[in-house]
Amino acid sequence: MNRFFFNKRARFAVCGLAVLTVAIFVLPIRSGWAAEETIKVGVLHSLTGTMAISEVTVKNATLLAIEQINASGGVLGKRIEPVVEDGASDPAIFAQKAQKLIQEQKVVTVFGGWTSASRKAMLPVFERFHSLLWYPVQFEGNECSPNIMYSGAQPNQQILPALDWAYEKGYKRIFLLGSDYVFPRTANLILKKHIAHRGLVMTGEEYVPLGGTDFSSVITKIKLAKPDIIFNTLNGDSNVSFFKQMSAAGLPPSKLPVMSFSIAEQEAKAMGPSLVAGSYAAWNYFESLSASANKQFVKAYRAKFGQDSALDDPMAHGYIDVISWAAAVKKAGTLDPAAVRKAAAQLDWADSCMGKIKFAKNQSLYQTAYVGQLQPDGEFHILWQSKEPLLPEPYDPLSFPGKSCVLQ
Amino acid sequence: MGDSAVIAGQLFNGISLASILLLAALGLALSFGVMRVINMAHGEMLMVGGYISYLVLRVVHGPMAFVCALAAAFLGAALLGGLLELAIVRHLYGRPLDTLLATWGISLILQQGARSVFGPIGVEVTAPHWLEGSFVFEKGILAGVSLPYVRLFIIALAVFVLAAMGLFIARTSWGLWLRAVHQDREMAEAHGVNTRWVDLLVFALGTGIAGLAGSALALIAPVTPTVGQSYIVYAFLVVIVGGLGSLLGTILAAVLVGLFSSSVQIFTSVSLADVLLLVVVVIFIQFRPRGIVLRQSRALEEG
Repeated sequence: MNRFFFNKRARFAVCGLAVLTVAIFVLPIRSGWAAEETIKVGVLHSLTGTMAISEVTVKNATLLAIEQINASGGVLGKRIEPVVEDGASDPAIFAQKAQKLIQEQKVVTVFGGWTSASRKAMLPVFERFHSLLWYPVQFEGNECSPNIMYSGAQPNQQILPALDWAYEKGYKRIFLLGSDYVFPRTANLILKKHIAHRGLVMTGEEYVPLGGTDFSSVITKIKLAKPDIIFNTLNGDSNVSFFKQMSAAGLPPSKLPVMSFSIAEQEAKAMGPSLVAGSYAAWNYFESLSASANKQFVKAYRAKFGQDSALDDPMAHGYIDVISWAAAVKKAGTLDPAAVRKAAAQLDWADSCMGKIKFAKNQSLYQTAYVGQLQPDGEFHILWQSKEPLLPEPYDPLSFPGKSCVLQ
Repeated sequence: MGDSAVIAGQLFNGISLASILLLAALGLALSFGVMRVINMAHGEMLMVGGYISYLVLRVVHGPMAFVCALAAAFLGAALLGGLLELAIVRHLYGRPLDTLLATWGISLILQQGARSVFGPIGVEVTAPHWLEGSFVFEKGILAGVSLPYVRLFIIALAVFVLAAMGLFIARTSWGLWLRAVHQDREMAEAHGVNTRWVDLLVFALGTGIAGLAGSALALIAPVTPTVGQSYIVYAFLVVIVGGLGSLLGTILAAVLVGLFSSSVQIFTSVSLADVLLLVVVVIFIQFRPRGIVLRQSRALEEG
């Protein structure tokens, strides 16, 4: 033991380590003293892995909103400091990072999540620590927690309005096609109830494994079923194979209309718009919306992240989540999550890039549904919109009777 | 569409699927058969072929551009495969586990490389005009059956590759050496065959065919950094069912798997067809662990 300390090199190493340890623990505290007081919020999206393509842009939109609020004075007189964490496309990591943000970084709220799996993994963390998550993506509903603000569309704000539109257009025979996981299965469960309720015909229902690339048999079934329109909940790259093989089989979107629920501006750009041009999509935001608030949003985003950036629905939701949180904090006069979520539901109607919005008592968002047709340049031409912002319904009354979302 | 038309249509779909599986699996069967190398980066060679054809189609235009893309994908992937063999695989012969790990590492590096160079969202490869549309039966009992030209092209390409490979193996001196090494490596070496060169050729040829396949499959599927992963499992499945190291077996297995999948898919669903396929393969392997075609080879006995 003694020998070790007499060794010159070892002594040097030990001293070095000691200095480093002191530096690690003391320096942040000192710099903390020097800095102004800030409000920390968490931004938790997948920056790596398969979901990064979609989530990085939502993170960008979230940071843009924070920057804009800071430029106009911050909240409660303090600057907002975003703490960005990587969920790495893994629900378990989402849960772990959420806990880290709340416990170690002491953030007052978190903006993030994309897949339902990531949300379900984070939910118990936010309930345990009585914190608040702002979730920006359309989802299958069927969930209701006081610790989550669900700004993404509920089924009755995206898929059912699309069915209304198809009904108005006279499409009677509907074919349901999706990837084999929770969102398409639940969405189609709800759609089937409403198709029957409206007296329309469901001509077929097919699921393909996530990432599946061969659609030859599915296309045969579609041909046999002779639908007027396909409701498509395929995810990711499967869409490329599906549209390529449909075109090769003589059924491009111009001949057999396709209504997609997972193809927004980003995805269309990635697939090559010429491949999917003419197909329909239902969302609560399109880049081509003409409201002046949207023009400003698009302009600000492109100025910061590049002129050729495509903007889409989840990004718009990520952006308005921050704006709504700041407004709720201002109204509540405190950062306490319980007070903030109650204040958020009492905010007045606001004009946003998506049109008029307001959080309902069930902590989901009143928002307008739009149907757009994809143009060869990658923009959606808006064909239809709901008459007014739709009341969000986490539990579809036809599919899940007797369940409701009442939050205190 | 009548019943016979539906059956004919599904038969065609099965053959089409078989040609896709065959193109994806041929290179793997070749390098495994001769060299005992399980190339985990085989799927990424398909991916590389897709990206090469994307690059070629950006520069070359006109009706024959896609043929150029196919040739470039074959040569590019073969070159890359040759380099990998020289730099890495060569030093790991006789150590199957190390080769497995090393080629898996290569597959990860290639995926990340594609992601860094081309971005994570994939690139667009569209079919040339002469492959648009489909051949439709107007009358007769097959009325209503339509055969997309793209799928006919892929079937033709698979047949062409098979024929070319058959000729190469049966009629050229390189083919003779290849067969010699396949049957008995030491004896071939003793007779003056340079097995190092044969190994290099086989590996490069296998990856080249994968590149060609990747280029053709880009017509009906996406080109993304991870697209190789969606073919690799089926490629291994076909090689194993066919019998390790047997080209005839690989062809039979591809046709059987293609026909089985398409006929089950039409009665059930795509997901269920995948499950049933795996169940059938597992049962099959229990009874014929060496696959459809048994190959007598010293190399196999040692393995």
